[in-house]
Amino acid sequence: MTLSLNGKTFVVMGVANKRSIAWGIAKSLHDAGARLIFTYAGERLEKSVRELAESLEDAHSLVLPCDVTSDEDIAKCFGTIKEEAGVIHGIAHCIAFAHKEELQGEYMNTTRDGFLLAHNISSYSLTAIAKEAKGLMTEGGSIVTLTYLGGEKVVKNYNVMGVAKASLDASVKYLANDLGKDGIRVNSISAGPIRTLSAKGISEFNSILKEIEERAPLRKTTTPEEVGDTALFLFSSLSRGITGENIHVDSGYHIL
Amino acid sequence: MAEVLERVTKIIVDRLGVEESEVKLEASFKDDLGADSLDVVELVMELEDEFDMEISDDDAEKIATVGDAVNYIKASQ
Repeated sequence: MTLSLNGKTFVVMGVANKRSIAWGIAKSLHDAGARLIFTYAGERLEKSVRELAESLEDAHSLVLPCDVTSDEDIAKCFGTIKEEAGVIHGIAHCIAFAHKEELQGEYMNTTRDGFLLAHNISSYSLTAIAKEAKGLMTEGGSIVTLTYLGGEKVVKNYNVMGVAKASLDASVKYLANDLGKDGIRVNSISAGPIRTLSAKGISEFNSILKEIEERAPLRKTTTPEEVGDTALFLFSSLSRGITGENIHVDSGYHIL
Repeated sequence: MAEVLERVTKIIVDRLGVEESEVKLEASFKDDLGADSLDVVELVMELEDEFDMEISDDDAEKIATVGDAVNYIKASQ
Protein backbone atom coordinates (compact mmCIF):
# COMPACT_ATOMS: atom_id res chain seq x y z
CA MET A 1 0.00 0.00 0.00
CA THR A 2 1.35 3.34 -0.97
CA LEU A 3 0.57 7.00 -1.43
CA SER A 4 2.03 6.92 -4.92
CA LEU A 5 -0.45 7.70 -7.68
CA ASN A 6 1.93 6.99 -10.54
CA GLY A 7 0.11 6.09 -13.73
CA LYS A 8 -3.23 7.22 -12.36
CA THR A 9 -5.43 10.01 -13.68
CA PHE A 10 -7.52 12.41 -11.61
CA VAL A 11 -9.98 15.10 -12.57
CA VAL A 12 -9.74 18.29 -10.50
CA MET A 13 -12.81 20.48 -10.85
CA GLY A 14 -12.98 23.98 -9.48
CA VAL A 15 -9.54 25.60 -9.54
CA ALA A 16 -10.00 29.38 -9.75
CA ASN A 17 -6.57 30.66 -8.80
CA LYS A 18 -3.45 29.85 -6.78
CA ARG A 19 -5.37 30.21 -3.51
CA SER A 20 -8.02 27.63 -4.45
CA ILE A 21 -8.38 24.55 -2.25
CA ALA A 22 -8.67 22.63 -5.53
CA TRP A 23 -5.18 23.86 -6.40
CA GLY A 24 -3.86 22.58 -3.06
CA ILE A 25 -5.35 19.19 -3.94
CA ALA A 26 -3.89 19.33 -7.46
CA LYS A 27 -0.41 20.00 -6.08
CA SER A 28 -0.62 17.05 -3.67
CA LEU A 29 -1.83 14.75 -6.45
CA HIS A 30 0.86 15.96 -8.81
CA ASP A 31 3.57 15.43 -6.21
CA ALA A 32 2.32 11.86 -5.79
CA GLY A 33 2.80 11.25 -9.51
CA ALA A 34 -0.78 11.53 -10.73
CA ARG A 35 -1.76 12.81 -14.14
CA LEU A 36 -4.25 15.66 -13.84
CA ILE A 37 -7.20 16.88 -15.80
CA PHE A 38 -8.53 20.29 -14.79
CA THR A 39 -12.01 21.57 -15.51
CA TYR A 40 -13.10 25.18 -15.19
CA ALA A 41 -16.40 27.01 -15.44
CA GLY A 42 -16.56 29.93 -17.83
CA GLU A 43 -13.96 31.54 -20.06
CA ARG A 44 -13.02 33.98 -17.37
CA LEU A 45 -11.17 31.32 -15.41
CA GLU A 46 -9.56 29.51 -18.34
CA LYS A 47 -6.39 31.60 -18.47
CA SER A 48 -5.76 31.32 -14.76
CA VAL A 49 -6.30 27.54 -14.73
CA ARG A 50 -4.11 27.02 -17.81
CA GLU A 51 -1.29 29.05 -16.30
CA LEU A 52 -1.43 27.05 -13.09
CA ALA A 53 -1.67 23.72 -14.93
CA GLU A 54 1.36 24.66 -17.01
CA SER A 55 3.32 25.59 -13.89
CA LEU A 56 3.34 21.92 -12.81
CA GLU A 57 6.57 20.28 -13.93
CA ASP A 58 6.25 17.52 -16.54
CA ALA A 59 2.53 17.43 -15.93
CA HIS A 60 1.03 17.53 -19.45
CA SER A 61 -2.31 18.24 -17.82
CA LEU A 62 -5.49 18.49 -19.78
CA VAL A 63 -7.61 21.62 -19.23
CA LEU A 64 -11.28 21.46 -20.19
CA PRO A 65 -14.37 23.63 -19.78
CA CYS A 66 -17.24 22.16 -17.77
CA ASP A 67 -20.38 24.02 -16.82
CA VAL A 68 -21.80 21.80 -14.08
CA THR A 69 -25.28 23.33 -14.41
CA SER A 70 -25.62 21.64 -17.80
CA ASP A 71 -25.99 17.87 -18.16
CA GLU A 72 -24.92 18.17 -21.79
CA ASP A 73 -21.78 20.02 -20.81
CA ILE A 74 -20.87 17.44 -18.18
CA ALA A 75 -21.45 14.63 -20.70
CA LYS A 76 -19.33 16.43 -23.28
CA CYS A 77 -16.55 17.07 -20.79
CA PHE A 78 -16.35 13.47 -19.62
CA GLY A 79 -16.69 12.30 -23.23
CA THR A 80 -13.53 14.25 -24.03
CA ILE A 81 -11.84 12.88 -20.92
CA LYS A 82 -12.72 9.35 -22.03
CA GLU A 83 -11.19 9.97 -25.46
CA GLU A 84 -8.05 11.54 -24.02
CA ALA A 85 -7.43 9.46 -20.91
CA GLY A 86 -9.61 6.36 -21.20
CA VAL A 87 -9.71 5.46 -17.53
CA ILE A 88 -9.79 7.85 -14.58
CA HIS A 89 -9.17 7.01 -10.93
CA GLY A 90 -10.77 9.84 -9.09
CA ILE A 91 -12.44 13.22 -9.08
CA ALA A 92 -11.91 16.21 -6.81
CA HIS A 93 -15.20 18.11 -6.79
CA CYS A 94 -14.41 21.59 -5.47
CA ILE A 95 -17.37 23.52 -6.77
CA ALA A 96 -19.85 25.76 -4.98
CA PHE A 97 -21.72 28.95 -5.66
CA ALA A 98 -24.26 31.22 -4.02
CA HIS A 99 -25.24 34.82 -4.58
CA LYS A 100 -22.99 37.07 -2.51
CA GLU A 101 -25.97 39.00 -1.19
CA GLU A 102 -27.36 35.77 0.31
CA LEU A 103 -24.15 35.09 2.25
CA GLN A 104 -25.02 37.74 4.81
CA GLY A 105 -27.87 38.67 7.10
CA GLU A 106 -30.62 36.16 7.80
CA TYR A 107 -30.96 32.81 6.05
CA MET A 108 -34.71 33.32 6.02
CA ASN A 109 -34.33 35.93 3.29
CA THR A 110 -32.93 33.45 0.79
CA THR A 111 -34.82 33.69 -2.50
CA ARG A 112 -36.18 30.65 -4.30
CA ASP A 113 -33.82 31.34 -7.20
CA GLY A 114 -30.85 31.76 -4.88
CA PHE A 115 -31.73 28.56 -3.05
CA LEU A 116 -32.03 26.54 -6.25
CA LEU A 117 -28.88 28.03 -7.74
CA ALA A 118 -26.80 27.23 -4.66
CA HIS A 119 -28.10 23.67 -4.56
CA ASN A 120 -27.77 23.16 -8.31
CA ILE A 121 -24.11 24.18 -8.49
CA SER A 122 -22.90 23.16 -5.03
CA SER A 123 -24.78 19.92 -4.46
CA TYR A 124 -26.54 18.42 -7.48
CA SER A 125 -23.38 18.81 -9.56
CA LEU A 126 -21.69 16.05 -7.53
CA THR A 127 -24.46 13.60 -8.36
CA ALA A 128 -24.52 14.56 -12.04
CA ILE A 129 -20.74 14.23 -12.28
CA ALA A 130 -20.63 10.91 -10.41
CA LYS A 131 -23.19 9.44 -12.81
CA GLU A 132 -21.25 10.59 -15.86
CA ALA A 133 -17.83 9.61 -14.49
CA LYS A 134 -18.80 6.17 -13.24
CA GLY A 135 -18.20 4.60 -16.66
CA LEU A 136 -14.65 5.96 -16.73
CA MET A 137 -13.67 4.56 -13.33
CA THR A 138 -13.39 0.98 -14.52
CA GLU A 139 -10.43 0.26 -12.26
CA GLY A 140 -12.27 1.55 -9.19
CA GLY A 141 -12.17 5.13 -8.08
CA SER A 142 -12.39 7.73 -5.40
CA ILE A 143 -14.53 10.85 -5.46
CA VAL A 144 -13.75 13.62 -2.99
CA THR A 145 -15.87 16.71 -2.48
CA LEU A 146 -15.43 19.74 -0.24
CA THR A 147 -17.94 20.55 2.42
CA TYR A 148 -18.00 22.86 5.42
CA LEU A 149 -19.09 22.92 9.04
CA GLY A 150 -21.85 25.34 8.05
CA GLY A 151 -23.75 22.32 6.69
CA GLU A 152 -23.76 20.65 10.12
CA LYS A 153 -24.30 23.63 12.38
CA VAL A 154 -25.29 27.25 11.99
CA VAL A 155 -22.30 29.36 10.97
CA LYS A 156 -22.96 33.08 10.77
CA ASN A 157 -23.46 34.39 7.23
CA TYR A 158 -22.93 30.97 5.61
CA ASN A 159 -26.72 30.72 5.22
CA VAL A 160 -27.96 29.08 2.02
CA MET A 161 -24.52 27.62 1.35
CA GLY A 162 -24.79 25.73 4.64
CA VAL A 163 -28.10 24.26 3.56
CA ALA A 164 -26.57 23.31 0.20
CA LYS A 165 -23.61 21.68 1.99
CA ALA A 166 -26.04 19.64 4.11
CA SER A 167 -27.58 18.41 0.86
CA LEU A 168 -24.10 17.68 -0.48
CA ASP A 169 -23.21 15.73 2.68
CA ALA A 170 -26.31 13.56 2.30
CA SER A 171 -25.50 13.04 -1.40
CA VAL A 172 -22.04 11.77 -0.42
CA LYS A 173 -23.66 9.03 1.64
CA TYR A 174 -26.22 7.99 -0.98
CA LEU A 175 -23.64 8.07 -3.76
CA ALA A 176 -21.22 6.06 -1.63
CA ASN A 177 -23.91 3.41 -1.27
CA ASP A 178 -24.77 3.41 -4.98
CA LEU A 179 -21.19 3.28 -6.20
CA GLY A 180 -19.63 1.00 -3.60
CA LYS A 181 -20.44 -2.11 -5.62
CA ASP A 182 -18.43 -0.66 -8.50
CA GLY A 183 -15.40 -0.14 -6.31
CA ILE A 184 -15.90 3.61 -6.28
CA ARG A 185 -15.61 5.42 -2.94
CA VAL A 186 -17.19 8.79 -2.20
CA ASN A 187 -16.00 10.96 0.68
CA SER A 188 -15.87 14.58 1.70
CA ILE A 189 -13.41 16.87 3.40
CA SER A 190 -14.76 19.55 5.67
CA ALA A 191 -12.04 22.17 5.45
CA GLY A 192 -11.67 24.94 7.98
CA PRO A 193 -12.07 28.44 6.56
CA ILE A 194 -9.36 29.23 4.02
CA ARG A 195 -8.79 32.63 2.45
CA THR A 196 -9.94 31.78 -1.07
CA LEU A 197 -11.69 33.85 -3.70
CA SER A 198 -14.98 32.10 -2.86
CA ALA A 199 -14.56 32.58 0.87
CA LYS A 200 -14.09 36.31 0.40
CA GLY A 201 -17.68 36.38 -0.82
CA ILE A 202 -18.83 35.53 2.70
CA SER A 203 -19.54 38.60 4.74
CA GLU A 204 -16.95 39.37 7.47
CA PHE A 205 -14.76 36.45 6.42
CA ASN A 206 -11.60 37.87 7.99
CA SER A 207 -13.23 37.77 11.43
CA ILE A 208 -14.01 34.05 10.95
CA LEU A 209 -10.30 33.40 10.37
CA LYS A 210 -9.37 35.29 13.50
CA GLU A 211 -11.76 33.16 15.56
CA ILE A 212 -10.08 29.98 14.27
CA GLU A 213 -6.59 31.25 15.11
CA GLU A 214 -7.67 32.05 18.64
CA ARG A 215 -9.90 29.09 19.45
CA ALA A 216 -9.26 26.03 17.24
CA PRO A 217 -7.37 23.26 19.10
CA LEU A 218 -4.37 23.62 16.79
CA ARG A 219 -4.53 27.46 17.07
CA LYS A 220 -3.97 28.02 13.37
CA THR A 221 -6.02 28.35 10.23
CA THR A 222 -6.28 25.57 7.67
CA THR A 223 -4.11 25.65 4.54
CA PRO A 224 -4.99 24.33 1.05
CA GLU A 225 -1.94 22.06 1.37
CA GLU A 226 -3.38 20.39 4.47
CA VAL A 227 -6.60 19.71 2.60
CA GLY A 228 -4.59 18.55 -0.43
CA ASP A 229 -2.71 15.97 1.61
CA THR A 230 -5.90 14.62 3.16
CA ALA A 231 -7.41 14.41 -0.32
CA LEU A 232 -4.30 12.51 -1.43
CA PHE A 233 -4.96 10.00 1.35
CA LEU A 234 -8.60 9.65 0.26
CA PHE A 235 -7.51 9.15 -3.36
CA SER A 236 -4.85 6.60 -2.46
CA SER A 237 -5.27 2.95 -1.58
CA LEU A 238 -4.41 3.78 2.03
CA SER A 239 -8.05 4.79 2.47
CA ARG A 240 -9.46 1.78 0.59
CA GLY A 241 -11.77 0.87 3.48
CA ILE A 242 -13.33 4.33 3.77
CA THR A 243 -16.44 5.53 1.95
CA GLY A 244 -19.37 7.80 2.76
CA GLU A 245 -17.11 9.55 5.27
CA ASN A 246 -16.46 13.18 6.07
CA ILE A 247 -13.04 14.17 7.40
CA HIS A 248 -12.68 17.52 9.14
CA VAL A 249 -9.42 19.22 8.19
CA ASP A 250 -10.00 22.28 10.31
CA SER A 251 -7.41 22.40 13.11
CA GLY A 252 -10.02 20.61 15.22
CA TYR A 253 -12.44 23.52 15.31
CA HIS A 254 -15.50 21.31 14.76
CA ILE A 255 -15.18 19.70 18.21
CA LEU A 256 -15.78 22.98 19.99
CA MET B 1 3.80 57.40 -1.71
CA ALA B 2 6.00 56.46 -4.64
CA GLU B 3 6.98 53.14 -3.14
CA VAL B 4 3.39 52.17 -2.33
CA LEU B 5 2.23 53.21 -5.80
CA GLU B 6 5.03 51.18 -7.36
CA ARG B 7 4.05 48.02 -5.50
CA VAL B 8 0.34 48.57 -6.16
CA THR B 9 1.06 49.15 -9.84
CA LYS B 10 3.01 45.93 -10.12
CA ILE B 11 0.12 43.96 -8.62
CA ILE B 12 -2.41 45.61 -10.94
CA VAL B 13 -0.27 44.99 -14.03
CA ASP B 14 0.16 41.33 -13.01
CA ARG B 15 -3.46 40.71 -12.13
CA LEU B 16 -5.27 42.65 -14.81
CA GLY B 17 -2.77 42.30 -17.64
CA VAL B 18 -2.79 46.05 -18.34
CA GLU B 19 0.13 48.27 -19.37
CA GLU B 20 1.97 50.07 -16.61
CA SER B 21 1.21 53.37 -18.34
CA GLU B 22 -2.53 52.77 -17.89
CA VAL B 23 -2.22 52.53 -14.11
CA LYS B 24 -2.85 56.14 -13.15
CA LEU B 25 -4.06 57.34 -9.75
CA GLU B 26 -7.42 58.40 -11.18
CA ALA B 27 -7.92 55.15 -13.13
CA SER B 28 -11.01 53.20 -12.08
CA PHE B 29 -10.48 49.47 -11.71
CA LYS B 30 -13.78 48.61 -13.32
CA ASP B 31 -14.20 51.40 -15.88
CA ASP B 32 -10.63 52.05 -16.99
CA LEU B 33 -8.70 48.88 -16.19
CA GLY B 34 -11.33 46.35 -17.23
CA ALA B 35 -11.62 44.60 -13.87
CA ASP B 36 -14.74 42.57 -13.10
CA SER B 37 -16.00 41.94 -9.58
CA LEU B 38 -13.84 38.82 -9.14
CA ASP B 39 -10.76 40.73 -10.31
CA VAL B 40 -11.45 43.34 -7.66
CA VAL B 41 -11.68 40.67 -4.93
CA GLU B 42 -8.43 39.12 -6.17
CA LEU B 43 -6.76 42.54 -6.18
CA VAL B 44 -7.90 43.22 -2.63
CA MET B 45 -6.47 39.87 -1.52
CA GLU B 46 -3.16 40.55 -3.28
CA LEU B 47 -2.96 43.97 -1.62
CA GLU B 48 -3.72 42.43 1.78
CA ASP B 49 -0.84 40.00 1.27
CA GLU B 50 1.60 42.52 -0.17
CA PHE B 51 1.07 45.09 2.58
CA ASP B 52 0.32 42.60 5.36
CA MET B 53 -2.96 44.26 6.20
CA GLU B 54 -6.62 43.54 6.36
CA ILE B 55 -9.15 45.37 4.22
CA SER B 56 -12.68 45.04 5.59
CA ASP B 57 -15.58 44.31 3.24
CA ASP B 58 -16.96 47.81 3.74
CA ASP B 59 -13.63 49.45 3.03
CA ALA B 60 -12.99 47.24 0.02
CA GLU B 61 -16.26 48.40 -1.51
CA LYS B 62 -15.08 52.00 -1.33
CA ILE B 63 -11.87 51.33 -3.24
CA ALA B 64 -12.77 52.23 -6.81
CA THR B 65 -9.61 53.79 -8.23
CA VAL B 66 -5.87 53.18 -8.04
CA GLY B 67 -5.62 56.36 -5.96
CA ASP B 68 -8.23 55.03 -3.50
CA ALA B 69 -6.14 51.90 -3.00
CA VAL B 70 -2.90 53.82 -2.53
CA ASN B 71 -4.49 56.25 -0.08
CA TYR B 72 -6.07 53.44 1.89
CA ILE B 73 -2.76 51.63 2.22
CA LYS B 74 -0.92 54.83 3.17
CA ALA B 75 -3.53 55.64 5.80
CA SER B 76 -3.34 52.21 7.38
CA GLN B 77 0.46 52.06 7.59
